[in-house]
Amino acid sequence: MFGEYSIGDLGAIFAMQGFAGLILFSVYVLMALGLAIIFGQMGVINMAHGEFMILGAYVTWMTSNFFQSYLPSLFAGYFFIAMILAFIASGALGMLVEWGLIRHLYKRPLDTLLATWGLSLILQQAYRSIFGAREVGVELPQWMLGSKQVTDTIEIPINGMFVMALTVLITAAVSYVLFWSRWGRQVRAVVQNRVMAGAVGINTEKIDRYTFGLGCGIAGIAGSAFTMIGSTGPTSGQLYIVDTFLVVVFGGAASLFGTIASAFSISQAQSTMEFFMSGSMAKVLTLLAIVAILMVRPQGLFALKVRK
Amino acid sequence: MESPRFLSRTDLLGLAVLAVLLVVILPLSLDVFRLNLVAKYLTYAFVAIGLVLCWGFGGILSLGQGVFFGLGGYCMAMYLKLEASSVENTKIQSTPGIPDFMDWNQITQIPWFWQPFHSLTITVIAILVVPAVFAFLIGAAMFKRRVGGVYFAIITQAIAAIMTILIIGQQGYTGGINGITDLRTLKGWDIRPDHAKVVLYFVEVAFLFGAILLALFVRHSKLGRILVAMREKEDRVRFSGYSVANFKIFAFCLAAMFAAVGGAMFTLNVGFMSPSFVGIVPSIEMVIYTAVGGRLSIFGAIYGTLLVNFAKTSLSESFPQLWLFGLGALFIAVVLIFPNGLAGIWRDYVQPLFDKLISKRKPGSDPTGGKSFGPVADGAPAE
Repeated sequence: MFGEYSIGDLGAIFAMQGFAGLILFSVYVLMALGLAIIFGQMGVINMAHGEFMILGAYVTWMTSNFFQSYLPSLFAGYFFIAMILAFIASGALGMLVEWGLIRHLYKRPLDTLLATWGLSLILQQAYRSIFGAREVGVELPQWMLGSKQVTDTIEIPINGMFVMALTVLITAAVSYVLFWSRWGRQVRAVVQNRVMAGAVGINTEKIDRYTFGLGCGIAGIAGSAFTMIGSTGPTSGQLYIVDTFLVVVFGGAASLFGTIASAFSISQAQSTMEFFMSGSMAKVLTLLAIVAILMVRPQGLFALKVRK
Repeated sequence: MESPRFLSRTDLLGLAVLAVLLVVILPLSLDVFRLNLVAKYLTYAFVAIGLVLCWGFGGILSLGQGVFFGLGGYCMAMYLKLEASSVENTKIQSTPGIPDFMDWNQITQIPWFWQPFHSLTITVIAILVVPAVFAFLIGAAMFKRRVGGVYFAIITQAIAAIMTILIIGQQGYTGGINGITDLRTLKGWDIRPDHAKVVLYFVEVAFLFGAILLALFVRHSKLGRILVAMREKEDRVRFSGYSVANFKIFAFCLAAMFAAVGGAMFTLNVGFMSPSFVGIVPSIEMVIYTAVGGRLSIFGAIYGTLLVNFAKTSLSESFPQLWLFGLGALFIAVVLIFPNGLAGIWRDYVQPLFDKLISKRKPGSDPTGGKSFGPVADGAPAE
């Protein structure tokens, strides 16, 4: 299958596909970061995570419409405001869901899967009723369009670079919050030993609520970033949820670094193979490889060593 | 100790009630179209019984039952399709004698994995063996390495996703997104007219009772007790010297075979098979049928399947928007409020009422009020 390409061609193909893979990587990382916090830290399976992402996308879409009609002079910067709004909207909904649903189910992880699946159906239908069944696209500001020519054969779109810069920023922020801030220490304390953490004066219920909210809020940002590269419909979230869970599990559920590494390898494998065969076969092979590796190494690539 | 016989008085009563409902009441009160609809629902009941065994008793939540349902269904559909694609039936094609979708996809020969399905005997064996082998491979790879719970659920879900993408992508071999359609005869017997639908309904009900009896047998055997013990305290069972992995694999394979029989009956009753019954969404819906009926009750699972599907059909006919809200609310309500589903409501609220009435009429006849026959370890999984 490589026969008909010269070495130079192959280099360019890998570079181009590699870059396309990097955009997919960014979406995976942004979605998986939120999921890794919720699943890895709290042990909750949030099947509605995709719908939180789509909420962020719809918020971005509404913001862009608002700016277009009322503040056209500021349109170039709407995206930054949209992202903050997306974070707040998804995070607030997440905290509401934690209060109404998740906190009753902490001891039954498999049941959180069913309950949040029900929630995702409700959210999907709500989006359909409010925004219509058709997919909507966001208009990008002028400075995000176009691309940068690197060499004769390699061309990098600006919105792709923006998404990646955003991913780096968010990842750095999340790891700072979780590993260095006072609040992050409390989160990790609650995860390791809930009773003891409560005994030393940490309000575990509050920590749970904010952790879940943070995870959902990051999903909202992922949705916001998602609008730059694709259109949004009521069921778009469902397309990504299985992939994202595999990313988290493959990386090792409690390890943020593992999540990033697995998102990278999965997105690169998928996008490189897509050039040589149909997209569906590339997807099948990627998923099969992940499942096979997980069977050999069920704890994922980067598992924390813990006693059970 | 409970006596070794596997049919208790409550089980016999349950069988009798279900038999009256499925064999007498429904066929007499419904027209053929509605009866065929019930037949379609009952194919999911096979899956639900399997899920009671592996999820309710064994604690293994599989989100890939659609895969096994699909394997059974596709095996049956391949046989029926080959029979429907005789040279006379397909003489307008560029290559007569092959299924129509292969002709559209420029495939001129029947592929090797279709060849065995010329024979009905091999097809019937394949319906049982293919899903069981597949389930064994997954189960052995996972349970031997002590992967369970959430991780197992996610991986089975991924397998359901892989299966759908594969079926849709390989259009020439599988019929793609449309599935295998236009099925006509089974060994020359036309499956499409009304009287055939009625016959198939009764055949299916007979198989269903076979499945129920087998499940009850497993439930009351030592195996069933070990499954429940494993769900509650896996390590203790392991330390007692049992091979936890092997018991789990067995339960998972059995559930897969039940699902496959359901799938094969689905193809016969509905007349086609498509990837929309294989993927993640149908697989999770099958879990909710079991959950609504009660994950610990074999009979409950059947009633749950019938009820949810009746609700779905009637609600989505008149209020298509409300249905998804209703289904979503059902998921949440079952998990939050009724973890044991309909069967739990029956056992906790209705049966005590009956017992009270009976004991009033015959004071002191049975101090346990019939409770000694109730399931022994059927507490809620982890409250």
